Amino acid sequence: MNFVALKMLIGDRAKYIGILIGLTFASLLITQQASIFWGLMTRTYGQISDMGQPDIWVMDPKVQFIDDVKPLQSTELYRVRGVEGVEWVAPLYKGLLKARLSNGSFQTVICLGLDDSTLIGGPPEMVEGELEDLRRAEGVIVDVVAAQGKLAKPAATEGGKPTPLKVGDTLEINDHRAVVVGLCRVSRTFQSQPVVFTTFSRATTFAPRERKLLSFVLVGAKPGVDQAELSARIRAATGLAAWTADEFKVMTMKYFLKYTGIPVNFGIAVLLGFLIGTVIAGQTFYNFTLENIRQFGALKAMGTGNGTLLRMILLQSLLAGSIGYGIGVGLASAFGLLTRNTELAFRMPWWVLTASAGAVLFICMLSALLSIRKVVKLEPAIVFKS
Amino acid sequence: MTVATADAVVCRGITKVYGSGPDAVPALRGIDLDVKSGELMMLVGPSGCGKTTLISVIAGILDQDEGTCHVFGEDVKQLGARAKTAFRGRTVGFVFQAYNLLPALNAAENVAVPLLIQGVKRKEAVDRAREVLERVDLGHRWRSLPSQLSGGQQQRVAIGRALVHDPKLIVCDEPTSALDQETGHKVMEILRAVAVGPGRSLVIVTHDARVFEFADRIAKMNDGRVERVVTSAKELR
Repeated sequence: MNFVALKMLIGDRAKYIGILIGLTFASLLITQQASIFWGLMTRTYGQISDMGQPDIWVMDPKVQFIDDVKPLQSTELYRVRGVEGVEWVAPLYKGLLKARLSNGSFQTVICLGLDDSTLIGGPPEMVEGELEDLRRAEGVIVDVVAAQGKLAKPAATEGGKPTPLKVGDTLEINDHRAVVVGLCRVSRTFQSQPVVFTTFSRATTFAPRERKLLSFVLVGAKPGVDQAELSARIRAATGLAAWTADEFKVMTMKYFLKYTGIPVNFGIAVLLGFLIGTVIAGQTFYNFTLENIRQFGALKAMGTGNGTLLRMILLQSLLAGSIGYGIGVGLASAFGLLTRNTELAFRMPWWVLTASAGAVLFICMLSALLSIRKVVKLEPAIVFKS
Repeated sequence: MTVATADAVVCRGITKVYGSGPDAVPALRGIDLDVKSGELMMLVGPSGCGKTTLISVIAGILDQDEGTCHVFGEDVKQLGARAKTAFRGRTVGFVFQAYNLLPALNAAENVAVPLLIQGVKRKEAVDRAREVLERVDLGHRWRSLPSQLSGGQQQRVAIGRALVHDPKLIVCDEPTSALDQETGHKVMEILRAVAVGPGRSLVIVTHDARVFEFADRIAKMNDGRVERVVTSAKELR
């Protein structure tokens, strides 16, 4: 009877397309909005992900997320180094500084100052130049997206395209001359500000004068040392906050989840997609069953049991759900592909696909349930009523 | 309980009331009726006299309130829901007034439905359905969808569907009322020729006097009772 069920579904083109549209729309909206949401969330801790080397981040206990910099005294570096199980430590400066562009305008940049000797915390991918070029006088490495965008030089002619910043060009950071010695690719940050790498000592000369300029202490654990235990030891020994990279990512993400309206906004969009999909698909599927109620009645009269009818309706619903889900996820993927080089945050991890599949499955089951109830209660004697 | 009988259908004291309390409507008021094996029995009478209710009870799709109805020895009311469904699938063929063909299936697939219900493989079911369509003179239209067939042709497909699994009892509800006289006549000729036979009985509900001549016996119903059973339409006058 599976064949009959499928023919019944596909045979009614208008209803079939209506059900597919509802499920596709729900799948698309849920997947796309959840992917953008996750893209944004991963951007909040993009800089932690980019710095793959440190096992542990040490910071002021009041720090709530990666951009919430509360500087430490430089002596904290040595205190952390003294904790048992620490293999190495490196200072990191992180601050928002003003860069003056060649046309005289200013652009805020995220300046990351890396340990002068080891350059630990450098960009994950160099597009041009080498990380070691930072040791050249006044050297900075600029993220390539900013070099082509926010830090690009104005067009030579009015209305023309801006000229990307390239290796050898100069810019002023807080009235200090900086020479671009390399271009790198970094994860987009939540604020989408340009990222500029330099050495720790040079960053502190760029930065406004302050008593404390050490933003974070990056820690490498000795081989075989448990990172969570080492974090606890650092906390106990120094009174500072110490988190593994993963803990710090979660902490940063939680801050944005708690203090921004992002989850609520995206949650509403996802919920709307789910509700609209449910209503369209559920209503259309229910109508489809209602319009075929005499046929179901005839099948019942002719000896089709409730179990078989239930299987037929579930099959119809699952087929429509699978196709709708596939098209919706395909469209969401195409959207992600088309916007991959734009400002838009889009990440589609496996769990978004699973959650979306679960939501579509739920819609299908709900739609089928309404229809099944109708068909199970149906008196086959309906077929003798004209 | 199995009753040995030469009769295909034996109904005794059948009553059926729709609703309850002051809104109760008695549809059957103690029906006694026998349908013999190999017989074409027509149930006739005015609208609301209980014809459709009686045929529903005989076909096992509605339970009577009182009385017994044995169909080929089986007391249908006493069967469990699943057994009753299986009994209908095995023993009864249906022809409906509104045909009730599945619009998405072609003629052969529609005819094959009772076989598919019984778990016959699709190809075998369709092959057997095509053979039956030949018997109702529609072999050449086996690929046609119901929407591509005339009313008479659709009813012939429905007759094929009622026959394909070789049931012992075929119940027809107003099979000719939606058809013109000539087409109705042709449909009845086909029904008579292919459906009636040894070991198989037909019960037809109709108020179409033009087809009374095809009946072996006619049960005249009125107000939930069988007034009389006659062997010729002339006796009804």
